[in-house]
Amino acid sequence: MTDHLPVLLVVVPLVAAPIAALLNHPRLSWAVAVAATLWALYAALELLSQTMAAGAIHYELGGWAAPYGIEYVVDPLNAWVVVIVTLIGALVAPYARVSVEREITEDRIPLFYAAFILCLTGLLGIAVTGDVFNVFVFLEISSLSAYALIALGSDRRALTASFQYLIMGSVGATFIVIGIGLMYVMTGTLNMADLADRLPEVSGTRTIPVAFTFLTVGITLKLALFPLHLWLPNAYTYAPSAVTAFIASTATKVAVYLLLRFFFTIFGATFSFDVMQLDRILMPLALIAIVAMSLVAIYQENVKRLLAYSSVAQIGYMVLGISFASVLGLTAGILHLFNHALIKGALFMSMGCVMYRVGSVRLERMHGLGRAMPWTMAAFVVGGLSLIGVPLTVGFISKWYLVQAALEQGMWPVAGVVLLGSLLALMYVWKVVEVAYFREADPELEISEAPLSLLAPTWVLVLGNLYFGINASDSVDIATRAAEMLLGALS
Amino acid sequence: MIDTNLVVGICLLLPVLGAILVLILGSRPNVRETATLLIGVLTFWHVWGLLDPLREGARPRLELLEIVPGVQLAFEVEPLGLLFALVASFLWIVTTLYAIGYMRGHHEKNQTRFFFFFAIAIAGAMGVAFSANLFTLFAFYEILTLCTFPLVTHHQTDEARKAGRVYLGILLTTSVAFQLLAIIWTWQLADTVDFTEGGILAGTASNGVLSAILVLFVFGVGKAAVMPFHRWLPAAMVAPTPVSALLHAVAVVKAGVFTVLKVAVYVFGIDLLGTLAATTWLAWVAAATIILASLVAFQKDNLKARLAYSTISQLSYIVLGALLANESGVIGGGMHIAMHAFGKITLFFAAGAVLVVTHEKDISRMHGLGRTMPITFGAFFVGSLSIIGLPPAGGSWSKWFLGMGTLEAGQVGLLAVLMLSSLLGLYYLLEVPVKAFFFRPLDDAHRGKGIKEAPLPSLIAIGITASATVGFFFWPDLWHELMTMVVSGVGQ
Amino acid sequence: MTALGLFNYWAVIFLMMVGFYTLIARGNLVKKIIGLNIFQTSVFILYITMGKITGGTAPIFVEGGEDVIYSNPIPHVLILTAIVVGVATSAVGLSLVIRIKEAFGTIEEDEIQDESL
Repeated sequence: MTDHLPVLLVVVPLVAAPIAALLNHPRLSWAVAVAATLWALYAALELLSQTMAAGAIHYELGGWAAPYGIEYVVDPLNAWVVVIVTLIGALVAPYARVSVEREITEDRIPLFYAAFILCLTGLLGIAVTGDVFNVFVFLEISSLSAYALIALGSDRRALTASFQYLIMGSVGATFIVIGIGLMYVMTGTLNMADLADRLPEVSGTRTIPVAFTFLTVGITLKLALFPLHLWLPNAYTYAPSAVTAFIASTATKVAVYLLLRFFFTIFGATFSFDVMQLDRILMPLALIAIVAMSLVAIYQENVKRLLAYSSVAQIGYMVLGISFASVLGLTAGILHLFNHALIKGALFMSMGCVMYRVGSVRLERMHGLGRAMPWTMAAFVVGGLSLIGVPLTVGFISKWYLVQAALEQGMWPVAGVVLLGSLLALMYVWKVVEVAYFREADPELEISEAPLSLLAPTWVLVLGNLYFGINASDSVDIATRAAEMLLGALS
Repeated sequence: MIDTNLVVGICLLLPVLGAILVLILGSRPNVRETATLLIGVLTFWHVWGLLDPLREGARPRLELLEIVPGVQLAFEVEPLGLLFALVASFLWIVTTLYAIGYMRGHHEKNQTRFFFFFAIAIAGAMGVAFSANLFTLFAFYEILTLCTFPLVTHHQTDEARKAGRVYLGILLTTSVAFQLLAIIWTWQLADTVDFTEGGILAGTASNGVLSAILVLFVFGVGKAAVMPFHRWLPAAMVAPTPVSALLHAVAVVKAGVFTVLKVAVYVFGIDLLGTLAATTWLAWVAAATIILASLVAFQKDNLKARLAYSTISQLSYIVLGALLANESGVIGGGMHIAMHAFGKITLFFAAGAVLVVTHEKDISRMHGLGRTMPITFGAFFVGSLSIIGLPPAGGSWSKWFLGMGTLEAGQVGLLAVLMLSSLLGLYYLLEVPVKAFFFRPLDDAHRGKGIKEAPLPSLIAIGITASATVGFFFWPDLWHELMTMVVSGVGQ
Repeated sequence: MTALGLFNYWAVIFLMMVGFYTLIARGNLVKKIIGLNIFQTSVFILYITMGKITGGTAPIFVEGGEDVIYSNPIPHVLILTAIVVGVATSAVGLSLVIRIKEAFGTIEEDEIQDESL
């Protein structure tokens, strides 16, 4: 069975989704979702250990040989991304039961789980496929289910947020299709490895730069790089808590993976950065994202929105690392993929706990929560410290490599901006901490600690923040391998 | 006989264990405090036990794990670190004793949380003292910042919240923006961040680049309170007095100047430091801090505020000592860590005792109090002498070596600064006991006649630190020996 | 190739711009969906066009027809998938519009914004 893991990773959740919908029972559908995510996590870990030991796995779908058939390729980079996605999925699924019962009407709960599993399927599919058109299909599977998930939010503004995301997301996806089509016209292939072989011959034509441009815009729209982030804050704010925790830690990460895959594996770093000079676009935008979006986050009164803007800033960090196009820079970017998933997962989950007890995550409703919900707020504090980049948390490891990458190229002002971003993060995290610990709670409201089924997954992520901040050797090792592979692909 | 390498770990774990015990025993204050005291004594005993191996030339080392390739979480005991650890762990015992009297006498709330974070802060200070590389030091430096935040904002009032903002804002800003940058830069240049005798940066980059790194370090260690990054220290004075005493006269601020000294000796190396363009003008920045902080201290009527500015001034003595880049300067700076710690903690203890007994914070309202609290103000007098640098108090030795250092460096101007600052200190510190002993008591004060001193545990604590201050005038050998070991290692 | 020979591509660009403009400029949510549809349709035509090879015939293999030129069927198959995705997107979008109409009582963007405040 292990031979078929790459495809089973995707197919099992794909089959589980309609089952969850057909069972049409809140608890049973939930059980299916938990089982599917656990299976995916197992498969992902197994794949990661296989690729780290024996190199990339190539799987021919239906036995049709590449480049004609669709091929799934698992290498250290996407095995890593798959682990991130499934890990978050496997923690959000048990978390969702209680959280969703509070935020979604009962008749929709089975459908919620169906959409949730589909979204996971799509994200996993994007990650493992080695075929560019397949990427588009899975992208739409994950996006369409994400629109549905966001629209399930209890606030009616969730509907408009979802619609806005649908319009922008579809435009982004269509841009990607155009880019893929133009590449196909010039090379006659859709297989990523094959494309990488054939593109250099035709890269002098006018078509390929146009394809490159369409893909750049489409992908950066999906990963919410400033200024194409407009869909993100509303979507994160009004989506159900479990959905926010899941999408915030996975969807944009997978989009960043796509960016890496297209620009390094397919086009090659030489074409992307020397010919097209992608870094001249990415780096300024990333720097603006870090500073401007952190500043905007400071002024938010809704903590989920605050964290959403923070996410846009953090995506800036990942893109900044990528824009160095060096091993250190890519390592930093890929590390931050994982680290930021842990951070934002923990933070959004703790806000889900608050949502469950208080019914709102606006700052004025969170007075004195440090005393009423000590474990929840402690989780937020640790996650927040990690976001700031305090030593012995994962956030620090990311900063450590990012600053190194900047200094390596003599760009110390860039290093300065990275550290400035940490200080801005301090300001918006502390804003929440002060409200929770220094404001007196309304004595008439009796708020108790969140139930264990919410706290346990939250704290798993919190401890992950500490563990991978203290013992980062493994994650750094994987990220370095992935970075070397991406840069080695061109030579 | 336990392996000395393990003793390092024990010294770090004991305070953490103490913190956990405090949590468990929270509901029974007597048992809780006994446990803290006991753990404090044990910690100090173990730290003391490291002294002999060190004299024999051993460098106990404990490597925990590799955080990222090439960078370890590791500890190594060297003389400077041991000096800091000895001071911090000994004064922890004394302060716990003092805090028992103070916190009860003052009816403070949330005492369990207080003692918990207090113990964690000591663990942080131990980590700083024993760190084997810049990364470990930075990690514990930040832990120290974060776990003292709840202590500073203990009262959870609006005032405490604002002070907490300043505290955290300045300390984290400087450390993240400057210090971390300097550390990563060092790592990039030297390919190591281990503290090594003779330094690691020599010959890795141009004078200009290394100067820039030095500037980043000196200002990045916000805890050293070199102007203009000193505002957090007066802000931290909203904390209960034991916190101000141990953390903002000993553990936190000394962690700052300790870092500066350690960077000067083990990252740059004294020889390299002397050649850098930035060293001299940074020394003058420290000198300016010494004078300006003294002048500000003059104008403060609030006793704790005055002591805070006095601390800022004295910390820059140590920074200055490091930047003189010669043996006397480093010896003087290191000895001043110990001397100033004992002197200043005595002053804070006295200030807290006055607060508990009379609820007075302002110097102008302490007229005549010396008659009711003779021991307290007597101790204050002794502490002041040490800070000023007059015999018979320990501070005179460190100032002596610092003065020698300025002359060796050929900086007569800096010597004049030291002299001027001592004169200023003479006034702003001795004003307090003079007013207390020789001025007529205020009329409106409905104070009882006769002796009314602080609670007994606090009084004992004051007595211990005051006598130690005098004792170090006659027996400064321990501190001098340790610092000689530091510089002789350098000279090899 | 003359400008006329690229007629299909001109049509693609024209439709793309019309769709894109509608999508951005119209405040009515249904019209936005229509704009999105036109935009996607232009891409469908792009793919269909690129599969056409001059002189090529339908890609059905006949005995002994080794030297027959066939059109490329793959873009057509691909775009069939994209069309399905497009339909699904429209379905989700329109159902959202219905829910928005229920919740806000309007499907005009500016009025929804006033409502949301």
